[in-house]
Amino acid sequence: MNKFLKINLFIYFILTATCNALAAEKVEYLKTDWSFKGLFGKFDRGSLQRGYQVYTEVCSSCHSMKYLSYRNLTEKGGPEFTEDQAKAIAASFEVTDGPNADGEMFKRPGKLSDKFVMPYENVKAAQAANGGAYPPDMSVLAKARGGGVDYIYSLLQGYEDPPMGITLDEGVYYNKFMYGNKIKMSNQLSDGLVEYADGTVSTVEQMSKDVTTFLMWAAEPHLEARHRMGFKAIVYLIILTTLVYFSMKRIWSRIETEV
Amino acid sequence: MSEEYTPKSKFGKWFNDRLPLLSLANHLTDYPTPKNLNYWWTFGGILTFCLITQIVTGLVLAMHYIAHADMAFDSVEHIMRDVNYGWLIRYIHANGASMFFLAVYIHIFRSLFYGSYKAPREIIWIIGIIIYLLMMAAAFMGYVLPWGQMSFWGATVITNLFSAIPLVGEGIVTWLWGGYSVDNPTLTRFFTLHYLIPFLILGLVVLHIWALHVPGNNNPVGIDIKKPSKDTVPFHPYIVIKDGFALLMFMIVFAFFVFYTPNILGHADNYIEANPLVTPAHIVPEWYLLPFYAILRSVPDKLLGVVAMLSAIFILAALPWLDTSKIRSAVFRPLYRQFYWILVADVLILGYVGAMPAEGLYLLIARIATAYYFLHFLVILPILGYKEKTLPVPLSITDPILGGSPNLATARNKESLSNK
Amino acid sequence: MSEKKTNRRDFLFTATYAMGAVGVGATVWPMIDQMNPDASVKALASTEVDISSVNPGKTITVLWRGKPVFIRRRTEDEITEARSVKLDDLKHPEKDEDRAKNPEWLVMLGVCTHLGCVPLDQKGDYNGWFCPCHGSHYDISGRIRKGPAPTNMEIPKYEFVNSNTIKIG
Repeated sequence: MNKFLKINLFIYFILTATCNALAAEKVEYLKTDWSFKGLFGKFDRGSLQRGYQVYTEVCSSCHSMKYLSYRNLTEKGGPEFTEDQAKAIAASFEVTDGPNADGEMFKRPGKLSDKFVMPYENVKAAQAANGGAYPPDMSVLAKARGGGVDYIYSLLQGYEDPPMGITLDEGVYYNKFMYGNKIKMSNQLSDGLVEYADGTVSTVEQMSKDVTTFLMWAAEPHLEARHRMGFKAIVYLIILTTLVYFSMKRIWSRIETEV
Repeated sequence: MSEEYTPKSKFGKWFNDRLPLLSLANHLTDYPTPKNLNYWWTFGGILTFCLITQIVTGLVLAMHYIAHADMAFDSVEHIMRDVNYGWLIRYIHANGASMFFLAVYIHIFRSLFYGSYKAPREIIWIIGIIIYLLMMAAAFMGYVLPWGQMSFWGATVITNLFSAIPLVGEGIVTWLWGGYSVDNPTLTRFFTLHYLIPFLILGLVVLHIWALHVPGNNNPVGIDIKKPSKDTVPFHPYIVIKDGFALLMFMIVFAFFVFYTPNILGHADNYIEANPLVTPAHIVPEWYLLPFYAILRSVPDKLLGVVAMLSAIFILAALPWLDTSKIRSAVFRPLYRQFYWILVADVLILGYVGAMPAEGLYLLIARIATAYYFLHFLVILPILGYKEKTLPVPLSITDPILGGSPNLATARNKESLSNK
Repeated sequence: MSEKKTNRRDFLFTATYAMGAVGVGATVWPMIDQMNPDASVKALASTEVDISSVNPGKTITVLWRGKPVFIRRRTEDEITEARSVKLDDLKHPEKDEDRAKNPEWLVMLGVCTHLGCVPLDQKGDYNGWFCPCHGSHYDISGRIRKGPAPTNMEIPKYEFVNSNTIKIG
């Protein structure tokens, strides 16, 4: 029995370690303690709410989040704004709706069921406004980058003056964590840029952590439910496995001493 | 088969005379199974579970998925975010594919170790190879459906393999695509085929088991046994409960992946929507195809690379005739046992270099490993059968001369370990 | 084997079966629940309608939860007619006062209660609606008067946000 648990854990760790090794980049990312990692990992509500604030005030002028709706902000396991707060947030955006009875598109305040308003009409418009580089949609960004949250967290703090011998074109910046070190997004964060509603001091590090946490939730909105269900499922499986193991022993004891 | 079986109830008899389902059920429960089967034999049951899991979760996903180049990625996100338990079902399906391959590799290497492919089980083996091929096709096409960057470029690269065929190659690729590149027509046909193949596999699994039930299971000792006899146990409850136990252990690993690291076996680039203008920096197939990918890349010629890759799979179908040894189980073949482990290492190395860039040392290793792979099947195995000095094989699995333990293979292994 | 032992064995097997059944049940539920309306569908459950341009004696039809909703601005005559019907004459007795809180506006799910067709406006023997599928006649309050439909047409949950806007759902 014990032997099998060990074998299982062994297989699991070998597989995950291999994958990690294969995926590992040579860069060492900045580390921070993410509350959502681990068997019981949960998001830090405060961090999510602050992260949303950073997203709206800083990122959202270029980056869309097309798979999120304002109603998601109230959902369990997310930032958990109250319904009234989320309605107010939604109403602060102008949504294009229509066509109306006259066949014309019209603007109205956002509702909970609306998707996050996009900064640009389409990819081409986004490219045109950003020197040809498309600011990627951030809905699943935390899952769409090799280093995941560590990468994003590091990237936001990775701006440096280029080392000697590297010349940068107009509109290109040096970032030590970017693949190839050249990035078309300029450094967006500076200490005190955002005035947090809850009074937290908005250092670059704090804002990077908050907005990355927010992005992780955006990419994986059911993470908390998944962790909860996973724990139950595995405890259940271990109990059932134990029962089946003893049943098996008993059945085989009719003919054998050892299974 | 127990032809003498007659149902007890009158209705049962009436029904069974017209459709002998009850006889079949009786055959399956009473099916005499060697009692010394070890846990490596439980992977057949585990694979059946994997197939059914994939079919059920796949049906559910197909209710929400939209096979259209403009909407596929969105619909997958819709499943992940809005559909009730959609995230769970999708993660089971995605990781289920990896679990399926993990199990099938163990199943295949079990067969290689104990010589289960040898007479009279060649047909079981060949059906198994066909199932394996279909699994690869299904997995490849399934990976295309989310329409992420890896989906798109994986599809482009793999379909382009066909362009290696002289004269008609280009035409075949255009025909596969339904256009001049991987696009919406490609996606819709891949979806259709991805939906179809599991049912073909299901049919072949029935044949696989049917063919198995004619000679009966091989066993760790690898000798023919009389059935039913004191060497066998009825399938139910003995094997059922043992398979069940192993399946649950397997499910614990499965659950860890689904609930705690659901994306680790996938590739981050597949969360970026397909873009025909930008190729990801490293194109790698899913882990279970890496050894073959390494073989493909180790040959510097386009056509020969494809030929080598396909041969690596098809050579397995000829295995029952390439292996000339009369002894099945590696337990009694000390030399084969060593070559077996070298082959295992060789395939793992191929898998590793398949994930690495095809340059420098990696390429050299890939070439050596590829050469060895073919050497093993084409040279070593045929010669080994004639040259190898095998150990004495017991007459029955409860043969008293060899200590009387039914779990002889285990005893043997322990013995050989302690000798070292 | 002693009796005690047999009992324990039975308990072990029973516990194993029971535990297994729990797992099967827990696995089946997500497969069933996935077919229920998803989060994005539930979020769209209410619609706001601008009624400022509807004249007396006219009906507009709007889509709500994939079904038509009739919004009729009734004339004085129609209101009088609807309110004068005796409850005894009705197959499904309901007062018009209960169906149209604001007598001028009838807001009603435009779905025949027989088998789900959409009835036609200002048709039938009772100056209301007539369902062409199987011939059900509804009056100007949407109540069933003749034909196979068992009940009156349904009144959805709605409210006047202001004098020009109705929120359905």
